[in-house]
Amino acid sequence: MNSVDLSIALPEVLLSLWAMVALMAGAYFGKDGLARTLTWATIAVFLLLAVMIGVLEPQTRSAFGGLFVDDPFARFAKVAILLAGAAVLVIGVDYLERAGMMKFEYPILVALATVGMMVMVSAADLLTLYMGLELQSLALYVLAAFRRDSLKATEAGLKYFVLGALASGLLLYGASLVYGYAGTTRFEGIVSTIHDGHMSVGLLMGLAFMLAGLAFKVSSVPFHMWTPDVYEGAPTPVTAFFATAPKVAAMALLARLLHDGFGTAPGDWGQILAFLAGASMVVGAVGALSQRNLKRLMAYSSISHMGFALLGLTAGTQAGVQATLVYMAIYVAMSVGVFAFVLTMRRDGRPVAQIDDLNMLSASQPVQAYVLAILMFSLAGVPPMLGFWAKFTVLAAAIGAGWVVLSVIGVIASVIGAFYYLRVVYLIFFGSEATPLDQDGAPAQRWMAIGAAAVTLLGMINLFGVEGAAAIAAQALVP
Amino acid sequence: MLNLLSIITFTPAAAALILAVLGRDKDAAERRNAKVLALVATSATFLISLILLVDFDPANTGFQYVEERPWIMGLTYKLGVDGISVLFVMLTTFLMPITILACWHVEHRVKEYMIAFLLLETLMIGVFVALDLVLFYLFFEAGLIPMFLIIGIWGGKQRIYAAFKFFLYTFFGSVLMLVAMIAMFMDAGTTDIPTLLQHEFSAGPISLLGWQIAGGAQTLMFLAFFASFAVKMPMWPVHTWLPDAHVQAPTAGSVVLAAVLLKMGGYGFLRFSLPMFPVASDLLAPLVLWMSAIAIVYASLVALVQEDMKKLVAYSSVAHMGFVTMGIFAANQQGLDGAIFQMISHGFISGALFLAVGVIYDRMHTREIEAFGGLVNRMPVYAAVFMLFTMANVGLPGTSGFVGEFLTFMAVFQVNTWVAVVAATGVVFSAGYALWLYRRVVFGQMVKESLKGIADMDAREKLMFAPLIGMTLLLGVYPSLVTDLIGPSTEALVTHYNAALGIEAASAPVTHAAAPAAAPSH
Repeated sequence: MNSVDLSIALPEVLLSLWAMVALMAGAYFGKDGLARTLTWATIAVFLLLAVMIGVLEPQTRSAFGGLFVDDPFARFAKVAILLAGAAVLVIGVDYLERAGMMKFEYPILVALATVGMMVMVSAADLLTLYMGLELQSLALYVLAAFRRDSLKATEAGLKYFVLGALASGLLLYGASLVYGYAGTTRFEGIVSTIHDGHMSVGLLMGLAFMLAGLAFKVSSVPFHMWTPDVYEGAPTPVTAFFATAPKVAAMALLARLLHDGFGTAPGDWGQILAFLAGASMVVGAVGALSQRNLKRLMAYSSISHMGFALLGLTAGTQAGVQATLVYMAIYVAMSVGVFAFVLTMRRDGRPVAQIDDLNMLSASQPVQAYVLAILMFSLAGVPPMLGFWAKFTVLAAAIGAGWVVLSVIGVIASVIGAFYYLRVVYLIFFGSEATPLDQDGAPAQRWMAIGAAAVTLLGMINLFGVEGAAAIAAQALVP
Repeated sequence: MLNLLSIITFTPAAAALILAVLGRDKDAAERRNAKVLALVATSATFLISLILLVDFDPANTGFQYVEERPWIMGLTYKLGVDGISVLFVMLTTFLMPITILACWHVEHRVKEYMIAFLLLETLMIGVFVALDLVLFYLFFEAGLIPMFLIIGIWGGKQRIYAAFKFFLYTFFGSVLMLVAMIAMFMDAGTTDIPTLLQHEFSAGPISLLGWQIAGGAQTLMFLAFFASFAVKMPMWPVHTWLPDAHVQAPTAGSVVLAAVLLKMGGYGFLRFSLPMFPVASDLLAPLVLWMSAIAIVYASLVALVQEDMKKLVAYSSVAHMGFVTMGIFAANQQGLDGAIFQMISHGFISGALFLAVGVIYDRMHTREIEAFGGLVNRMPVYAAVFMLFTMANVGLPGTSGFVGEFLTFMAVFQVNTWVAVVAATGVVFSAGYALWLYRRVVFGQMVKESLKGIADMDAREKLMFAPLIGMTLLLGVYPSLVTDLIGPSTEALVTHYNAALGIEAASAPVTHAAAPAAAPSH
């Protein structure tokens, strides 16, 4: 380890240092008086790091003897993770203060989870992968149970922890099998043991276990069961965080592992991913039909969306990776918008999250009503909103690679999914009369929701350069 | 004017934006302003589009007024019109001011109502002028959103069911089309419609999941497009969303739905199915022809027993769209001319019929046929107007309804006599339900107490009908106005279609020699 290594991993180092400094400060000054300040400072750190990573020259650098890689692909994912983290922190402040949950640990845990995610997407070795993943997961377990005195939150935390530990175990077991059969933990070493486009059975078993573990992290069917409960039980700002940054990180890690570690045998893992993608799209869409809670609905929605993102990876091509990255970026923007709105939902000062609470929202809050409608149509994949472009790009990649039947399954699932998004729109605009939601306060959430809706709507004009950045990132991963 | 099509397309959207930002909805004056703004915007759009009509060169069978700009994801923003699409643009811009007039008495969330219609106009025009596959899809699909809200917010009692059914039915058809579009994109390497029109999609038989598919990729793509357009048309048996949507939609919504939105399906068949998948079209034409004939007879019979006036007119729309698909898949000059003519004419006639239902609905707040009778005694002008459009709906010579039916019959008779015979019986039924409706609503003694005070049409209503009456009669006695404009383009399409089929039959070396000749000259 030398100073060059550290300079390559500088963003991670800085963020870790910041987390420790914040922890010291929080512990030293006691109580939670600093919580608000620390949260905004963490947001600023996130944004600064995002800018810092974003302006780097596109090049590939390797550090710590090849354990850690910094390339345009990692940078794209890191910027997305940091921006998502910052946005989620912004929209959570007001909610947490009202709920009396504004503790100084909150921004620190988010920062630590973010460090873990950044390590994940830069992993070039099974060990780095596991370290990053566990750092992220441990922080997220605590966050899920953040509201200690709530039965549901505790249940969510415990459920997430137990199932997460199981997934980590599977992943670790798979990693050890891979190590056993490849003789190395380095991705480039693993890929060099694959000949003629097919891997040995032992390696394939190892990969299958690892994919199972990672499928849990992206909440892909059949490893999705925790998602609705944890989404519902966790405090809403934490749910918003779960729905965005960790998903990007896990999806990027999946792409990294498959292409760097097993890139020469796409035929072998394509089948596994195809099943994960198809099952997620369908189960996510069908499962959401009967949900009345907006957070549970978003959980199933995220399962379905992860299916579509996996569809891009299934293609196993550069276009596929690019599509998945674009998909994740768009998905994060939409999710942040929806959760920003959910965080404003209060009636008589108490937070609510049933979709029936949205009845006739258009009468009491017309602007927010249109914002939510735009986001819902976007999630449903109706053009011209960005959600459509996200689906378009992954479908193009998948069909280009010959996955036509899977694509047809996907679009049919998206029609089923359209039903529940439409139900939200219908309640907003022509539901029955109901007591209106509180209209005061929460300017940060409201503006974030408006911003997200504007992005999803205006994105049809030029996509804000995400497409080009994703192309460079995909090029770095899949030459 | 280089950007004429963009200007026509986005003028209503610009007005909608102004209305959204500046408009208010507090008192009657503000609501009136919103309506006036919408009326001005739609009228202005119509006037601008007149330039297009006057300046359009019918002899040129290629695309005119082409605009092209790079867009996201390697696609292009490309607009243009040819003989097939120009009249649909005109139909849309012509009908929208009338539609706005039709909702003059709406007082519930007027600002949003006007915004919805203005956006809808932009999206409808966009469908007809888009020359990029994905741009077309974007306009085609996005139109669902304002229509969903129009039915849902301003509709009748069962509006929620109708709005969902409308949206999901159409969405389902469209996503399959999206998959086919992407497959075309991958195959041809472009989404540019003029290029795709020249591209020959493979038609060699392929085997899928153990099934041997004649016509291969073309058949699969054709079916995917068919799923979308058949739902949109709508064709039997996927027409069931239409009566629900029509009955629940407000009058203006029904007018737009019947007059323009349905035409997107027919336009899609003409723009994509026939020229891009000629082998598959030829292969499946008998099926589509029979579906059309069934639609004509079945929908007419169903219309006979309806008790709701709007539902009756809706089923009559299904029957009339049957003539359109019949004409298109006869795939000869008369058929295509007749189909386009029928669509234009149906735009005027069905629009007028829904307006006519709306006129008495506004007065009596019911659409039950039973609730009326003897209206001629108190509403002579209304009776005359309704009579004209009833006759036009039946296809009386001298009205535009006759020309389209006649041409499509002539076309299909050359291709499949039995289809023509079956469809002809449908015409008899259509005379039956239309005249019977007229008899029950307008003639007879005025026995119902509630009708005693009913007033005849006022100036606004007469103003709404006047242009429609004019167009129906004008096209009825002088159909060349339309056929001269569309003729060269449909002829080129038929030539292209026949050439593509001829090539398929011939041996491989001939393909290359014949290909340039098959291309319509640009």
